[in-house]
Amino acid sequence: MVALRIDTTVLDGLADDLDAGFAAFVRAHSGSVYSTALRLSGSRAEADDLAQETFVRAYGALRRFDAERVRALESRPWLLTITLNLWRNRLRHAARRPREVRAARGADAPDTRPGPEAAAEESESSRALVALLGQLSEHQRVPVVLRHVVGLSYVEIASTVGCPVGTAKANVARGVERLRALARDTPAPAPPSWSRTRRPRHPVHGKETP
Amino acid sequence: MTANPSRRPTTAPGPRTRPTGPRPGAYVAVGPAALRALRVEAPAGFADAVMDRLGLHVTDRFVTVKSPAGDLFVAFNDSGISAVMPAALFGDDPGRFAAEHQAETGRPTVAATRAPAGLAAALRSGRATGLRYDLSGLTPFERAVLAKTLEIPSGEVRPYGWVAREIGRPRAVRAVGSALGRNPVPVLIPCHRVVRSDGHIGNYGLGVPMKRTLLDAEGVDIDRLERLAGAGVRFVGSDTTGVFCVPSCVRATRIGPAHEVHFRTAAAAEAAGYRACRHCAPVPVRDAS
Repeated sequence: MVALRIDTTVLDGLADDLDAGFAAFVRAHSGSVYSTALRLSGSRAEADDLAQETFVRAYGALRRFDAERVRALESRPWLLTITLNLWRNRLRHAARRPREVRAARGADAPDTRPGPEAAAEESESSRALVALLGQLSEHQRVPVVLRHVVGLSYVEIASTVGCPVGTAKANVARGVERLRALARDTPAPAPPSWSRTRRPRHPVHGKETP
Repeated sequence: MTANPSRRPTTAPGPRTRPTGPRPGAYVAVGPAALRALRVEAPAGFADAVMDRLGLHVTDRFVTVKSPAGDLFVAFNDSGISAVMPAALFGDDPGRFAAEHQAETGRPTVAATRAPAGLAAALRSGRATGLRYDLSGLTPFERAVLAKTLEIPSGEVRPYGWVAREIGRPRAVRAVGSALGRNPVPVLIPCHRVVRSDGHIGNYGLGVPMKRTLLDAEGVDIDRLERLAGAGVRFVGSDTTGVFCVPSCVRATRIGPAHEVHFRTAAAAEAAGYRACRHCAPVPVRDAS
């Protein structure tokens, strides 16, 4: 309910004045878009770029929408569809230029496993889970990320991915099932010694902006 | 510190691990909670970077203006006035205000040479309905509360319950209070004109003395209102017109002492044959003609 209400305010702002309301729109959805980009690409630099590009494209599209269409917008599925398309395009380009790909996992699949930067700031358990997530196929990883990391409803996932709701549910369930199976096969690696240094629980400064 | 091998479990490890981090050899926790923990916020400055790429940087400007409440810092942008703050709260230091406003809104804030059109007149007359406000970041409920509050005329007050009822949320009296407490543009959107439902002046985000100063400057007879509230009087009527009002209504203040009738409830007034004033609307006015 709360998210819905915030969305309405933000969309009203966009409909009233796109330029003035866009910053609030970016702030409202940057977490969802960035998290999706990070968990799909696995690299913070790549995620930053993908997420920024998502909003730049969104702005271009919104300029062509009339106020009514903006107000009726389902922001998150709409934005995340853009993120997904951008990500897939990049994978395709990367596959065509193999030199940019560090190590191809299969014959045709480019490496989409999370890179070292993404892992650097995770807790140990998260890092292990990120590694498992990277082993899922795209058609399971995307719905799992959208459902459990970003918190989309199945209807929203279906709309984002462009599949029936039942398929979205099934793919999420199978994805989680597969993650569990992978976890059973892979004992968590001993954490590297450097990660054992304790970071302060409450950072004194540098509060993260929403 | 490296893991001590002697502490490694010798038996087969269990299927689940503590969420604080797996011990060496333990299995990775997989489940909604662990996946939810993979959600992250966008890096600091992300929105700014996007706005930069689009060439859309919104800058707030601010001026210092005089008011009955002392000097005020008033910040505004192309959408309208975005903040009003007594200069005294910042030790009369414009730099401090600019820094705090910037931190709060994320928008660079610089001094302006000219105030927005109509600001001086609005402060002089107490009628700020013609100004534009930047209320982005507020909920629709908060905006509705502020829009209704803006309609309260200078020199009059209305109870929180009145605002709640007028915006169609009669039971949200407390929420109205909180929404007014978050009013980013006090003095201009006159949350000081909203009082407790029993008629007492009540609290104010900028302090009760400030509320009294502002109301006094508008000609509100605070002592009279407090006296009536203390006696349990919520409404006053005129026995010559047969109309009843909230005590601060401009119509009510014109009733001669000999003709002023007091009521504790609107029902009592209506039972005595009085009808509600159309100006201050002490109860929902059915006939809107």
